[in-house]
Amino acid sequence: MSQLLQQLVNGLSLGSIYALIALGYTMVYGIIRLINFAHGDIYMVGAFVGYFALRGGLPLPFAFFLAMIIPALFGLVIEFFAYRPLRNAPRIAALITAIGVSLFLENLGILVLSPDPRPFPQVLPDKSIISYGDVNVSLTQFLMIVITLALMVLLTLFVHYTKTGKAMRAVSQDREAAQLMGININRIISVTFVIGSALAGAAGVLVGLYIPRIEPLMGVMYGLKAFVAAVIGGIGIIPGAMLGGVLMGLAETLVTGFLASTWRDAIAFGLLILILLIKPSGIFGTSSRTKV
Amino acid sequence: METEKTTGLESHTQAQTAEKWRKYLLPVGLLLLFLLNILIFMEKFGFNFVNRYYKGILILTFINIILAVSLNLINGITGLFSIGHAGFMAVGAYVSALLSINMGEWGFLPPQIQSIIEFPLVLILGGLAAAFAGLLIGVPTLRLRGDYLAIATLGFGEIIRVVALNLGITRGARGIPGIPNHTNFWWAQFFAVITVVIIWNIVRSNHGRAMAAIREDEMAAEAMGVNITYYKVLSFTIGAFFAGLAGGLFAHYLSYIAPRSFDVLKTIEILLMVVLGGLGSITGSVIAAVVLTALPEVLRFLQAYRMVIYAGTLVLLMIFRPQGLFGRAEVDLTVFQALKSRAAEKTKSQPGERGGNGDSA
Repeated sequence: MSQLLQQLVNGLSLGSIYALIALGYTMVYGIIRLINFAHGDIYMVGAFVGYFALRGGLPLPFAFFLAMIIPALFGLVIEFFAYRPLRNAPRIAALITAIGVSLFLENLGILVLSPDPRPFPQVLPDKSIISYGDVNVSLTQFLMIVITLALMVLLTLFVHYTKTGKAMRAVSQDREAAQLMGININRIISVTFVIGSALAGAAGVLVGLYIPRIEPLMGVMYGLKAFVAAVIGGIGIIPGAMLGGVLMGLAETLVTGFLASTWRDAIAFGLLILILLIKPSGIFGTSSRTKV
Repeated sequence: METEKTTGLESHTQAQTAEKWRKYLLPVGLLLLFLLNILIFMEKFGFNFVNRYYKGILILTFINIILAVSLNLINGITGLFSIGHAGFMAVGAYVSALLSINMGEWGFLPPQIQSIIEFPLVLILGGLAAAFAGLLIGVPTLRLRGDYLAIATLGFGEIIRVVALNLGITRGARGIPGIPNHTNFWWAQFFAVITVVIIWNIVRSNHGRAMAAIREDEMAAEAMGVNITYYKVLSFTIGAFFAGLAGGLFAHYLSYIAPRSFDVLKTIEILLMVVLGGLGSITGSVIAAVVLTALPEVLRFLQAYRMVIYAGTLVLLMIFRPQGLFGRAEVDLTVFQALKSRAAEKTKSQPGERGGNGDSA
């Protein structure tokens, strides 16, 4: 029983990482209907910015801040140079571009940073702050869950109560109508990329603290799984990404804990296919029929 | 998927120049292939013009042609965006490798005959296994559209890899060593040519037109009476079969396979060939497969930058020429028709040679 509880705690902390990355996927998909494959690599950039900031002796909050700002800039630049010229191109072209950008970032990372994994500086003391029997919640896990929750609350407030947030929702509902209402589409799309990338950057630092090993290809699997999480929750729906992320984290830690860790990746995709077959629009999604 | 959004005038001149050199593409290509065959055949007489290294590249080129053309059938002709091709390749590779290793003497055939038919048989069984995997995966997922299909096929590709990583018979991450080294230039060329001919003919059959109709507009195709599910699954299964075949050739060429040979990057490599050549153009896929297999070898000094350049090229290609090198154009077969009709005219104008009854029969 205590093992199960411990796995739930681990799953929740891992799930919060997935949720943070999934938010970026879901927001971008909601607004321009593009699977931004490069998003996982933005998260890698965040992890490396955090790594260099901490190695350079910056305090954790400042490193964390930096690891949100720089990936945000990456997101902005990528959107401007790679996706904006394809705004009206066939969707498959945009999808292939996204794959290309992702490959580009990964291999640039390998080239510049070397493919070897690096140990992430452990600046947090390795102690548990909540203990209940055999169940321990470490400081890192606690921070992961709390920071994720805080960022999600902020995001929800932003999307629901600011003018820009309102514009974002409008664009995701109907881009042309939003444009007719005087919304600057390009600005809103840029803002979406910036916010999504900043969240991914935050996830990068958190995962560095949790699993203290980072490498240029770390974004591939996390990115794919976070995308799966977004699909499970219902792509384009912000609470769906949060729920999907947590579910994904839980499923994965439970499989690792009770089956074998080598099956972990299969479970994520098995879950995806299951959800696609049962309810392709995701848990929170409403299905829409294509009309002629 | 729309291509060529150029103005009428531009596309006209473009088409004309393309027309001019496309005429020579097939004869020149066949001539080069013929010369290559002669060069390699000279080995039998003790002339080694092509060393092992170049032969290896040629074999990989043929394997990549099979992969690219088969993925093009799914992605370019039928318009299903699949990114799990390496998974099918893995199925074919593992099945044929395991069969080859564990296949003893059959007994009912003389060993000489067995050694000849064993390899193609094993490859085809590997292809069939991959086709079966494609069928299993295709039936449920092909209801999904566009992006969802892409991500589902990606998921399945990964699942196949993870299964290979976990099963006892596939020896996990250690992979399978000691696969008989059967793949040579001739087998690779034979299967590549067969693949191209078969897929070329499929595309130009009723089935191919139904697949293209699905690509253009699923609903309109359905309204016209095309059985969408059937043709989607058919395209997917055929594509998977040839991917499995290529996987078998790959396994028997390297004589070692491991799950990491069939990861997402492999799929993307194949996808890049298809996209560079032009989604929907078999000619394009073949040429892109040749170029993208040879290029890394030529650019060895750029090894570290190779993948960065690849990725950058893909992005630039999508921005500036999303239809790829060929769009949907194919080689010009009229050259042969012209030759044929010229030959026919010759016989007509010189009836004396054939006794005067040649063409009246």
